[in-house]
Amino acid sequence: MAKSTIAALDGAHAVATAMRQINPDLVAAYPITPQTAIVQTFSQFVADGVVDTEFVPVESEHAAMSCCVGASAAGGRVMTATAANGLALMWEIVYIAASMRLPIIMPVVNRALSAPLNIHCDHSDSMGARDAGWIQLYGESAQEAYDNTIQAVRIAEHPDLLTPVMTMQDGFITGHGVERVETLSDQAVKDFVGTYKPEHSLLDVDNPATYGAWDMYDYYFEHKRQQTDALSKAMPIIREIGQEYGKLSGRTYGILDTYEMDNAEMAVVVLSSSAGTARTAVRALRAKGVKIGMVKPRVFRPFPAKELAELLQNVSAVGVMDRSISFGAMDGCGPLFLELCAALFSHGNRKTRVINYIYGLGGRDLLPAHVEQIAKNLQDIAATGDVKQTVNYLGLRE
Amino acid sequence: MPNPKATWKEVTWGGVVYEAGNSVEYLTGGWRSQRPVRDPDQCTHCMLCWVNCPDSAVIVKDSKVVGFDYDHCKGCGICASVCPAKIKKPHSQTGEMGRVIQMVPETEFD
Repeated sequence: MAKSTIAALDGAHAVATAMRQINPDLVAAYPITPQTAIVQTFSQFVADGVVDTEFVPVESEHAAMSCCVGASAAGGRVMTATAANGLALMWEIVYIAASMRLPIIMPVVNRALSAPLNIHCDHSDSMGARDAGWIQLYGESAQEAYDNTIQAVRIAEHPDLLTPVMTMQDGFITGHGVERVETLSDQAVKDFVGTYKPEHSLLDVDNPATYGAWDMYDYYFEHKRQQTDALSKAMPIIREIGQEYGKLSGRTYGILDTYEMDNAEMAVVVLSSSAGTARTAVRALRAKGVKIGMVKPRVFRPFPAKELAELLQNVSAVGVMDRSISFGAMDGCGPLFLELCAALFSHGNRKTRVINYIYGLGGRDLLPAHVEQIAKNLQDIAATGDVKQTVNYLGLRE
Repeated sequence: MPNPKATWKEVTWGGVVYEAGNSVEYLTGGWRSQRPVRDPDQCTHCMLCWVNCPDSAVIVKDSKVVGFDYDHCKGCGICASVCPAKIKKPHSQTGEMGRVIQMVPETEFD
C-alpha cells in the first residue's frame, strides 16, 4: 500500500488535489457555484506552475465542453468540472463527447437546477444527464470524491470503454464540508493513472483522420449500439479498477456500497452524502432489533440492475430515496426509483415492495428522523405487503 | 469509405473516418428531388454555377462547363438560381424560356 497524507479538505479541494496529481494535458472550465472552488484552486496550481496543464478559461460551459472535445480528440488527457446550470448549458456537447468516444473526466458538484434560482444540493443536474452516454459515479464524502476522480481516469480511458466519466459529489454538503481526507502521494497517483496513449488522434498527422463527421441513417444506429455495448462492459472494469485502487490506497471500491444488508428484511437505497444520514439511522434501528439495511449505489450509469436485483431478492420492502424528480414519470417519482423498479421486474422479482421518497430538493435538509419515518413505513409494508402511496416527500411542508 | 454492410461491431468507434478524401465515395445524388438541366448551346460558361455549387458537382473540362455530377448533386438549385444567362430560344431540354440551367422534378426522369 502506498503512503498517504491525511489532510483537512473539503470535497472541492479534494477533487482539485486529485486533478493536480492527475496533471491532465488540458482543463477547460467555467466557474459555477458550488464547483467554483475546484476551478479556482486548480487554476492557482496552473498559475503556480505545479502542473503542466494548459488551462483554458472559457466564456461558457458550452465552450468548456467543446474545448474538451477538441483537445481529447487531439489526443490529450482532458478534464473539466461543472454544476447545475453549467451542466445544462453544456448539454449538446455532453452527448457529443460520449458519442465521439472521448474519455473526458468531469467532476460534477451536484446543485439544483433553476428555476426558481437555487444554489444548493440536489441531483436534478446530473440526473438530467443520465441518458447522455457518460458513466456516472456518485460519491458520499470528500474522500470518495477524491478517490472517484482518480479512478475515473482509468475507467474512461479503458480501451474497451473510451467513454467519458462524471464523478458526482453533493454541493456544499460535501463540496464545501471540510473532512478528513487521505491523499496518495503524487507519484502513486501518477503511476496509477499512467499515460494516455490513444490509438488514434487528430494530431497524429502521419495517420490523418476525421472526427465528428456526417453520420446518417445508414451508420448512426450502429454507432449508438456501440455506445450501449461499451456501457454494458463497464461494470467489471469499474470493479477491477476499484480493487486495484484498493490495493494502492486501502479503500476498495465496487458497484454498490452496502451496510447491514446481511439478513435485512428492509432496505433503504440512497445516493451520495445522504447515505451517511441513512447509515446512522440504520445503525440505531439495528440496535433496536429492526432488520433494516442500506444500499448506496456508487455507479448510476451504467445502472447496476443485476447487482441490485440480486442484493434485494430476499428483501420484503425497499425505500428508494431520490434527490430529484423525473417530472411526469410514473406518479412523479425519481429516476433511482424508476430504474430500481424496472430492475426488480425484469429480473423476475414480483414480491419485493418498493416505495419512493423524494427528499432534499434545493438543499432541504435530510434528518435522521426522516430515515426513521421510512423505516416505520417499511415495517408496515413488510407486514401488510401494501404500499399506500408510491411517491412520498420527506421534509416537505404538506 | 466504410463498408455500407458493416455491422455495429465493425463500424469505427465514434464514426471516426480513417481514410482521407473519401467523401466522394459516398453517393448523395439519391437525396435529389429536383435535377438541374443545362442547355449546352446557349451556355456562356461564366462559371457562376461552378463557383457556387456547394457539392463541387458542376463538371468543368478545358474551361468549359460540360455537365453535372449527378452522383453527388443534391438538387439544391443554387446553380439554376445564380445562372445569369437569359436564353434567346426555348431551353433544349425543358422547352421553357428563362435560364440556361433549369430545375426539373426527378419524377420526370426514369
